[in-house]
Formats: sequence, structure tokens, C-alpha cells
Amino acid sequence: MELLDVGLTEVRSALLQISEIVAPPYQTALSLMEQRFQNEHLGGHFPTGLKGLDAALCGGIPFGVLTELVGPAGIGKTQFCLKLSLLASLPTNYGGLDGRVIYIDVESKFSSRRLLEIGLRSFPEIFQMKEMAQEMAGRILVLRPTSLAEFTQSLEQIKVSLLQNQVKMLVIDSMAALVSGEHEQGARRQQTLSWHISFIKSLAEFSRIPVVVTNQVRSRNHDDASRYCFQVQSRDGAIETPMQYDSHLVAALGIQWAHAVTTRLVLEAKSGERFIKVAKSPISPPLAFPFHITSSGISLLSDDGKEVMGPEINAIHYQGHNEIINFGMEGLH
Amino acid sequence: MEIWRLPISASQRGKLISAGYTSLSSLSSISSSDLARELNVSESEAMNILKVASHSRGSETSNASCSIVEGAQSAWDMLHDEESLMHITTSSADLDNILGGGIHCKEVTEIGGVPGIGKTQLGIQIAVNVQIPNDFGGLGGNSIYIDTEGSFMVERAFQIAEACIEDMSEYNRFLRKDFQECKIKMQPQDILENIFYFRICSYTEQIALINYLDKFLSEHKDVKVIVVDSVTFHFRQDFDDMALRTRVLSGMALKLMNLAKRFSLAVVLLNQVTTKHTEASFQLALALGDSWSHTCTNRIVLYWNGNERYAYIDKSPSLRSA
Repeated sequence: MELLDVGLTEVRSALLQISEIVAPPYQTALSLMEQRFQNEHLGGHFPTGLKGLDAALCGGIPFGVLTELVGPAGIGKTQFCLKLSLLASLPTNYGGLDGRVIYIDVESKFSSRRLLEIGLRSFPEIFQMKEMAQEMAGRILVLRPTSLAEFTQSLEQIKVSLLQNQVKMLVIDSMAALVSGEHEQGARRQQTLSWHISFIKSLAEFSRIPVVVTNQVRSRNHDDASRYCFQVQSRDGAIETPMQYDSHLVAALGIQWAHAVTTRLVLEAKSGERFIKVAKSPISPPLAFPFHITSSGISLLSDDGKEVMGPEINAIHYQGHNEIINFGMEGLH
Repeated sequence: MEIWRLPISASQRGKLISAGYTSLSSLSSISSSDLARELNVSESEAMNILKVASHSRGSETSNASCSIVEGAQSAWDMLHDEESLMHITTSSADLDNILGGGIHCKEVTEIGGVPGIGKTQLGIQIAVNVQIPNDFGGLGGNSIYIDTEGSFMVERAFQIAEACIEDMSEYNRFLRKDFQECKIKMQPQDILENIFYFRICSYTEQIALINYLDKFLSEHKDVKVIVVDSVTFHFRQDFDDMALRTRVLSGMALKLMNLAKRFSLAVVLLNQVTTKHTEASFQLALALGDSWSHTCTNRIVLYWNGNERYAYIDKSPSLRSA
């Protein structure tokens, strides 16, 4: 009021008018649903081809939000991403999105040979024809940023080209590798990360594409907070201690990241078997599916998920992984 | 009342004071043309000033007989108001119990928890439950869902709406089977139609929307609950000036409380957690800082205990911690 040198009522009405213009329009939830079902492929979900998982996620990976894959090294996150990128490039009658995929490969794990192998095994009718295979593979664009600054630059470019070039999916593999390369610690790292989080989210939101992000794990420090102040007061350590040492691994990137992703899929190895768990999702109950990696990508061993209770769904186990590797080696002989 | 408290522009105030008018009584006896001449302003401006002055003076003296301080209500009247308040059930009997019947109208309730514990689910549930018609003990109102994170899944809302209708028809069958068969005419689509969904992508939009809600609510009088999911998201990303953030947030909270009281609806805010360094160890605490924790009326924290989800009432004017 002091600044503009006008009366209070004028300021108030100006504020109201500006707010009215700036505020986003509303939609009833019903019209939202109708809009999604009409305009988008399969009502706004991208089927992964894993029946149990798709059923749990109400159709597949949701559009417009971040989906996170987190798990220890070597468990199959990159394989899953490869399979998804392949699926997205296929035409719609094969269950794909018929569009381009931008694959941001930070750790140089993208193997086009493996991609073609997956394609050949899962969809032989398309991939045996060389031109079709070339076209499908040609739709997957791989970016290899070597630093966070480069990544930021390419993000801006991606935003511009998203609507023009028919990009239908974005895969970032892996987010943790990007951030861990930076030297800043603590609060400043959180700040740079938070800018990226909101940018990627807004990208996903306005272009309504599925965004898949991979994350690493790190071991749990003693500093990790897991309780509220009122919980600490009840000092019966009997219940707390077994839970604390149950799993030594937690997802990297911190709790702010955990809030920002909408769906979190945890991949873990337990007693020699691998599981993919739906840890955080607004639509599905906490379920765990056993899976294994085949020449055609990933396939579920069972389509019925096992319901996992409690915070167990967030825990990441890494037991018995060596047996898997040894088993694989024996199989090769 | 003094001149400096009048809601007029600064330059007009300056002119008044320099011309010698320091209190309202000195303005009461002057005509607008004289005032215009003395202050060197136009006649319409002078009339405006006089109008504002008489308005503020009039409201001060009229209620002198019935209340000592203007705008206050006696505690007895308020008790009567509170008893007639409605609650919104959360569909969980225990949670309703510790909340004293459900989410209170005319109050701001904050619900926080770690990711994946069910805050969005609770928000959607409340947005659906408020639409339970009066015959079944609900409020029969509409709801506004303000989404800042993009976690509102329409399919899930549909599922919850279907389940709510099923619950209602079971309750119906259970209680009224002796009497006439009241069929539930509500369909899940109707429930979805009564949820007004706003998607906010930045904090300026958030502030603008809360300002706009005033007008929106006067047009849509049926709205009985506002769910904001989550109120912290845009304020945690690259907000450099902490003092500005605190000011903006408390302004927003005051406006929300104002809306809650004026339109007698409930406001539910969903919050995230962050780590706080206290007593030489890190603990979880709700985000946005200590000053924000003063602004809401009720606070519920959702957490994991063993294999189950628990709710803890952290702050409430009328209920114990539970």
C-alpha cells in the first residue's frame, strides 16, 4: 500500500484481480478422469508388459509423474529401463507409445546390442526385419552428460524439444550418479537437487509423459533419522533394535527426493531371489513380485504379488546375490 | 482513532497530518470543500477521506453498549457454536476418536508423515467423505483438492468413491432394513464431480489461488473442505530468502484460517518431513520450520510403528495427545 500510493480498497481489489488471473483454473475430478481416458493412451498409463505389476499399478507406469527404480548394483535396474525404452518406441498395436524416448545415461551402461537382443527375443516379428529394427532403435536417443551442469543444460533443451519431436518417455539412469559427483555437501547439495526435482516434475507434468528415474542405494548411517521426537521418548529398545539392523541399505538422495517421486519401485535380492516391490504408490497396495532377468528383458516369475506389511516394503535387502551370479555362471558351462 | 490508522493512501495521510488534522474528531466538523482547499487535493478525494473517516468512527461507537472490544464474542456464545459444528469422518474409527469425532470444521488441521505412509490417501478419503449426505451423518458438501505434487490419481479417487458408496449402502441395509428401502442414488461419478481439482505448479500460483479462493467460495457455497497436498512442496525448492518464506507462509496460513472461519469449512494441509538436528541426533520433524508449526490449529503425525501405521495428535486445543 505504501509503495503504490493508493488506498487500501484499491490494493485489495488489484490483488484479487491479479490472483484471479494467476490462479489456475479448476477441473472437477470427473472431468479429469474423462479427459485422461479419452486423450491418453490407455487412460494415462504405460503398460510394462509385466502383468502383475501392471495390474497393481492400474494399467502401468503413470503419465505425468516420476517413477523411481531403486535397488542395489547389478540387480536389473538398467535392464528394466532398456526394456521400457524399447516398449515405448513400438507402435501402439504392440503395446508401445509410438514415439521417441530420451535416455539419459550417466554411467555409460546403455548397451545397444543388449537392446536389440531384447527386441529380437520379445518381438521377433518386428525386429527380424532390419529396417524396422533400425527405426525402432532410431527412436531411442541416448544422452551422456558427464556433469551436473551438462545435465542441466540438456534438460533445458529437452524441455524445448519435448512437444516438437514427439518424445514419449524420459529415462534417467541414474540420478544418484549425477548428484554424487558434485563436491558440495549437505544443505547446498539439497538446494541444487531440489531445483532439478521441480524442473523434471514440471516437465513430466505439462507434457504428460512417463518419466522413469533410477536411484542407487547407500548404507545406512547412524545419523539417519528414523523416528520422531515423541517416539524417542518411549525407551523400550527391544522393539527398535531388530528393525534398525534389519537392512543396512537405504535409497540414496535423501528424504526430499523420496517425497518428490510419486511411485517408487524397489528392486532387491532376498535369499537368492529377486523381487520388485511397489513401495510407494498412490494407487496400489504394497506388493512384491519375484522376477528374473532373461534374454528378453525382465519377466515376473509370478503374477500374484505377495503382500508385504509395514515398513518392510521400504527396506532394501541384498542377500544371496552371490548365489545368483554363481548360478548364472554354472548355467553357462 | 487516529489518522494514521485510516486506510487511505500515504500521500493523503501525509497531507492531512501536515495540515494539522491528527485525530478523527477534528475531521468530523469540516466540509469536503474546505478540506479540499486545505489539503490541496481534489474534492472527490476529500469526500473519500471523510467517508472513510466517518465509517471507521461510526463502527467504533455503535457497539459500545453490547461489547467492550469490537468483534469479540463471549465464550458462552462460542461454546454454543462449537457444539453445533460438524465433523468430517476420516473413515477410521480410531482416528476419529482421537480427533474428537473427525476433522473439525472452522479449523486448520495439518497432517504430516514420511513418504509413502498414506497422506495423499487420507486427503482423497476426506475429500470423498465430506460428500456423504446428511442422512448418513455426513456434511453433504463439495470439496476442493489443491494438488502441488501431482500425486492425485483419479483412478484411486474412483476406487475410494466406490468403496464409500458401498459402505453407505451397507449401513443403509443394516439400519433401515425394517423401514423403507432407501436406495443410494449416488454414483461414483457424482462424487468425483463434486471434487474441484486445482493443479499448482509454483508457489506464486499457490499464493494466487488462496487469494482467489475467497471469490470462488462465495460462488460455490457448498464447499465444506479444502485439502492442500502438499503445502510444503513449492516452498522447499530453491527459496533463498528464508525470511520471505516465513512471511509468505504465515500470511497464507492466516488467510486459510480466515476462510475456514468465514465459510465454516475445514482446511486440511498435508505436510512432508525433514530431518532436524536436536539433542545431538537427527530426528524427523515436519517440514517448513518451527514458525509454521505455530500456525495450524491441529497437528497429526502419521508414522510407522512395527508393521502398522499410527497417527499421533501432536497439537490440538481441545484433545489430548494420543
